[in-house]
Amino acid sequence: MFRSKDLLGIKELTSEEIYHILDTAAGFKDVLRRDIKKVPPLRGKTVANLFFEPSTRTRTSFELAAKRLSADVVNFSVPASSVIKGETLKDTALTIQALGADFVVIRHSSAGVPHFLSRIENISVINAGDGANEHPTQALLDLFTIQSHKGKFRGLTAAIVGDVTHSRVARSDIYALTKLGANVRIICPPTLVPAEIGKLGVEIFDSMEKGLRKVDVIMMLRLQLERQGKGFFPSLEEYFNLYGLTAERLKLAKDDAIVMHPGPMNRGVEIATDVADGPRSVILEQVTNGLAVRMAVLYLLAGVKK
Amino acid sequence: MKILITNGRVMDPRSNTDGRLDVLIEGTKIRGLYPEGGGPEADRVIDASGCIVIPGLVDMHTHLREPGFEYKETIKSGTMAAVKGGFTTVCCMPNTNPVNDTMAVTRFIIEKALKEGCCAVYPIGAITKGLKGEELAELEMLARTGCIAFSDDGRPVTDSLIMRRALEYSKIFNMPVISHCEDLKLSEGGVMNEGFVSTIVGLKGIPNAAEDIMVARDLLLADLTGGRLHIAHVSTEGAVELIRNAKHRGVKVTAETCPHYFTLTDESLVSYDTNFKVNPPVRGVKDVEAVRRGLKDGTIDAIATDHAPHHVDDKNVEFDRAAFGISGLETAFSLGLRLVAEGILDLMQLIRKMTVIPSEIMKINSGVLSEGADADIAVINMHKKYRVDSSAFLSKGRNTPFDRWTLEGVVEKTISRGKVYEWD
Repeated sequence: MFRSKDLLGIKELTSEEIYHILDTAAGFKDVLRRDIKKVPPLRGKTVANLFFEPSTRTRTSFELAAKRLSADVVNFSVPASSVIKGETLKDTALTIQALGADFVVIRHSSAGVPHFLSRIENISVINAGDGANEHPTQALLDLFTIQSHKGKFRGLTAAIVGDVTHSRVARSDIYALTKLGANVRIICPPTLVPAEIGKLGVEIFDSMEKGLRKVDVIMMLRLQLERQGKGFFPSLEEYFNLYGLTAERLKLAKDDAIVMHPGPMNRGVEIATDVADGPRSVILEQVTNGLAVRMAVLYLLAGVKK
Repeated sequence: MKILITNGRVMDPRSNTDGRLDVLIEGTKIRGLYPEGGGPEADRVIDASGCIVIPGLVDMHTHLREPGFEYKETIKSGTMAAVKGGFTTVCCMPNTNPVNDTMAVTRFIIEKALKEGCCAVYPIGAITKGLKGEELAELEMLARTGCIAFSDDGRPVTDSLIMRRALEYSKIFNMPVISHCEDLKLSEGGVMNEGFVSTIVGLKGIPNAAEDIMVARDLLLADLTGGRLHIAHVSTEGAVELIRNAKHRGVKVTAETCPHYFTLTDESLVSYDTNFKVNPPVRGVKDVEAVRRGLKDGTIDAIATDHAPHHVDDKNVEFDRAAFGISGLETAFSLGLRLVAEGILDLMQLIRKMTVIPSEIMKINSGVLSEGADADIAVINMHKKYRVDSSAFLSKGRNTPFDRWTLEGVVEKTISRGKVYEWD
């Protein structure tokens, strides 16, 4: 079923592969509802979590997913500064190989690093976010969450709101949703629209009022607070005025629209607290689904002949 | 020592010679050209059957890295790579350590090249002290010591007033000011061309405008001052059009491009192979087409290599952190031949853009194959195919995006100041 030993991005997946992951994740979600949540398929396997960027949620989610599958987990948290001091990526790759890990879960601020590591034989590389390229397991858990509420993708309209230019989540979501037949809009200031992104078949809006109209899914992006003062927008206040998701704006979407966010949220910057905590929010469900999806990915990649 | 080259097709763009001739070399000079088979006795006869016999190529844009970065390249290794690629003259950029902004560094390069080099080396002096863009280097002293042009290559001269002064002051020496055109604010953090491909690979892009804006500025300053401007490594459609228009207006401007800009597009970057990382970046299809048109209609005068060798440790890292640059001396002519095969240039035009035109821009005597000229000659088997093998490069820099490409045009022999270089 799976052609590749690695999960580098959604770009590389077929829609069949995506559905296969979602179906497998559904099985693991059942496991997670049980009293005893641990299953044996990865017993004796080692998962190395290699995080060159700070991340609590994704790392914890992968760690827990691996442990639920009975794998051994080692965590390397490598602040970027220590890399600059010495160890090159090549050395990191050699170290992982020498340690005999079966999986490496990699997050890095530079796009293409998982691809670099994927040249190591006999090891499955899972991209947990590389620069502004992709964050495939986030998109998969987003799909899983959408599917559980909407039952399908074809004909749905999803709006992705925020800093699309610097967002790997946005890119992976765009590939995922368009592959499965959903309509995708992006809503963001023109300073944060990636070059020629229209070629991916998305509609581009610079206004929430126009972009949110009649959508089924609203996917908010985290605004990196360090972007302010870089000329993308004059102030956080103005950003919220134009692109913050408020209860008022939520009314523009369909009555049963769901609100998503990859976390961690900046309340009052991209999303109003009452919306984040409101009945349409599925943000915590996303976290739970993340676990099931990551179990599915580990499980399926373990079955690929290396 | 007399050497006779026979059975070859001799082509010399300056005299428009193209015919089956014998070439006699005596010592370091070309003694004469004779009808095929009519050459006099010689100590050695080189059979150039199936080959073109052309002036040694002239690269007006080379990074030899010495002094300071000998782990990337040396004058010795760089000139060995040059003759392997058919070049007998290279003009080396001043972004060494220390920067070539003083007579001492210029003299060091010239003397080292005479002692260890395989071909003629002409230093290019810095425009500004330390390449900082703040105050002019001592251009007269650099010129007197042997620099033939000025450039802060690798960096633009950001301050328009300094660039104006450079273009004015260099008129004393009638030497070109070579501009690396880049708006550093627009390109900040960028590692590849900005466009659809940068969006899908998630790498920060450098827009065409970063180049075009500086080309436009420098053309306006050349117009204002009457100074001689040479635009390095043209990569965009906009730059080609701006230069074309300026030439029509009579601005004293010349321009070069490099093989990667007429051969590659940013599509290649999807593999994250850092050997494709170069500044300016390889651009889109429209730009490649515009650069080719510019070569064809003469807007782009010359083909240079921008040979930028790097150590593997500078390339085998994250794409964002990898060094910019391509090791280009050993593949340049073969890539140029692809333009001939595609009908964009005829063979004589290609040779002209790689010999006599860069020589004329730099006001040096190289790039000529005629009686009395220096015995700088390349013997090239045009139709022989080979597979590029970067591990066999004579350059220390194995950073080529063309590794494992099959190309035509094997340099069988290069004769540099009468000395014959040949390889197995």
